[in-house]
Amino acid sequence: MSKILMKGNEAIGAAAIQAGCRYFFGYPITPQSELPEYMARELPKVGGVYLQAESEVAAINMVYGAAGSGARVMTSSSSPGMSLKQEGISYIAGAELPCLIVNIMRGGPGLGSIQPSQTDYFQATRGGGNGDYRLVVYAPSDVQEMVDLIIEGFDVADQYRNPVMIAGDGMIGQMMEPVEFKTPVRRELAEKDWATTGTNGERERNIINSLYINPEDLEQHNIRLQAKYDLIKQNEVKVESYNIEDAELVIAAYGTTARIAKTAIAKLEEEGYKIGLIRPITLWPYPYDEFKKINPNCKAVLTAEMNTGQMIDDVKIAVEGKYPVHFYGRTGGMSPTPEEFIENIKKILGGEK
Amino acid sequence: MAVIFERTKGLTEVETHYCPGCTHGIIHRLVGEAMVELGILDNAIGVAPVGCSVFAYEYFNCDMHEAAHGRAPAVATGIKRVHPDNFVFTYQGDGDLASIGTAEIVHAAHRGEKISTIFVNNAIYGMTGGQMAPTTLIGQKTTTSPQGRTVEHSGMPIRMSELLATIDGAKFVERVAVNTPGNIRKAKRAIIEAFKVQLEGKGFGIVEVLSTCPTNWGMTAPESMKWLADNMIPYYPLGNFRRPEEAE
Amino acid sequence: MAKGRVEFKEDICKGCELCTTVCPVDIIFMDKTRINKKGYHPATVVEMDKCIGCANCAMVCPDLVITVERF
Repeated sequence: MSKILMKGNEAIGAAAIQAGCRYFFGYPITPQSELPEYMARELPKVGGVYLQAESEVAAINMVYGAAGSGARVMTSSSSPGMSLKQEGISYIAGAELPCLIVNIMRGGPGLGSIQPSQTDYFQATRGGGNGDYRLVVYAPSDVQEMVDLIIEGFDVADQYRNPVMIAGDGMIGQMMEPVEFKTPVRRELAEKDWATTGTNGERERNIINSLYINPEDLEQHNIRLQAKYDLIKQNEVKVESYNIEDAELVIAAYGTTARIAKTAIAKLEEEGYKIGLIRPITLWPYPYDEFKKINPNCKAVLTAEMNTGQMIDDVKIAVEGKYPVHFYGRTGGMSPTPEEFIENIKKILGGEK
Repeated sequence: MAVIFERTKGLTEVETHYCPGCTHGIIHRLVGEAMVELGILDNAIGVAPVGCSVFAYEYFNCDMHEAAHGRAPAVATGIKRVHPDNFVFTYQGDGDLASIGTAEIVHAAHRGEKISTIFVNNAIYGMTGGQMAPTTLIGQKTTTSPQGRTVEHSGMPIRMSELLATIDGAKFVERVAVNTPGNIRKAKRAIIEAFKVQLEGKGFGIVEVLSTCPTNWGMTAPESMKWLADNMIPYYPLGNFRRPEEAE
Repeated sequence: MAKGRVEFKEDICKGCELCTTVCPVDIIFMDKTRINKKGYHPATVVEMDKCIGCANCAMVCPDLVITVERF
């Protein structure tokens, strides 16, 4: 399969179709609108359905209905729109329905801005909706990786009957990069015999529901969900790390910020610095164990994000006080530059080498 | 000797949790009977959102979704778009449809979604203990309109059937009541006709069913039936607002 | 000669009395001498021979307590 140049948002649509997604329910919001536009063009060509809902709230509930009916289905939005979907996502997690949810993050809070950001980390990983639920959250840092994660993400969603989120940002959504659509290595997936397709008089009724009016039943349900989440933690963590065994400082960053950090690391290496990187690809389940591999006499960990500090909480959990954890970030839609990282790192390491 | 009336297969054997005399039970029966008589029970997928009928997934004898408050028409849209050959219906209360879910019902009708909605209007929030709903009548006392609803404070009660009948995609709109045997028979005919509109692929159909809430109205069941006739029917006139022939 | 017959599944009656208000021959009443499993006085009929099998009672019963037969 040769590589083709594609805008991130459109590559998401192409990847989803490659993964067998045939239903998209969405709503326009910058900076992700190219995705619903792409799906409006392409899904009908493969016998799929694109539907623009009256709101993000309606869209996520259409996903609930379609997922409960056994379809591969997705929705996408951007930060404020993602806030509107939180109740629906909680219902989807509670009813254990597989689907893909794409968040092309933009500056917040409130209406915020339309430039890229990572300000929805807490919302995605700590649950923006009610209840003890979790989403598998992937944070791609380039368009090819996003494509691969989407294709795999649909399988993960089906395997665990759980919503899967792609946490991108305006930059990944808007930029064009060469991508290829590898035919996915398929996971062993069970039949969706739980889906509502009409009993046809041949089976018991299927019920899609998250209501358990007896607290004993709801507690048991939560215990089952937690067991699932533990399984996901064991099997589905993805992380990239570079040179952390003998680094004097390690940067923890994901998505676009990690790409910028790589440039800074390369430049600092030319000046004799040994800088490492831990790039979580799954924001949940978070790669806590990766931090155990850091060089014991590393001087500091620098968390870099496009927000005012959210993943830093997880970094602090991960390092368990072994290293001082610093933070550098830009927010509001601003993106950090390599030079800002370099200056910051030098300051932490006590000036020029 | 022939049995002319017995429990419909359209409902499960589960005893409902509804209060004594609450006409939800009658409406459930009509929906169950309609699905059996139209031969669509095994093909049906229903959606019941939050409200007194939140447990309807235990009562209707077909595949069911429990939906978030107000979102049943969106959930049903998702289902119908995946399974266009299945019969898809929503069963919603007035708090659900006429308040938090107004956008969803209007847009399901606006898109002409080929689903059927049973809209139970009892002029109050039942499950949560008797609060005012958008359909609560002027002067009607509820726990959140203790002095009786006034126009100045919260406007005139909303007439959803008339509102939805202005939307082209709503090919069938009728308001019925279940307070007398005669009205119950008419209600069943309307429900069957609405379901046929879906089965014939013509578009969206809704039956608004005036219903009682003895517990939260603070009356006996027989008094509630009378109160419905004397107060609700005059403000919410029964009848058909739209059927396909007109629409063609 | 009775034209019809009704049967009450007494244990699922919630004692709402709606059936007693629609019987054209007025033979349905609440049996105050007994309480059913739910703790209600169940609806019942004694003068079954007067039943005309019109099914009005079954029509208004929210809990499908009543089965109606017609001769």
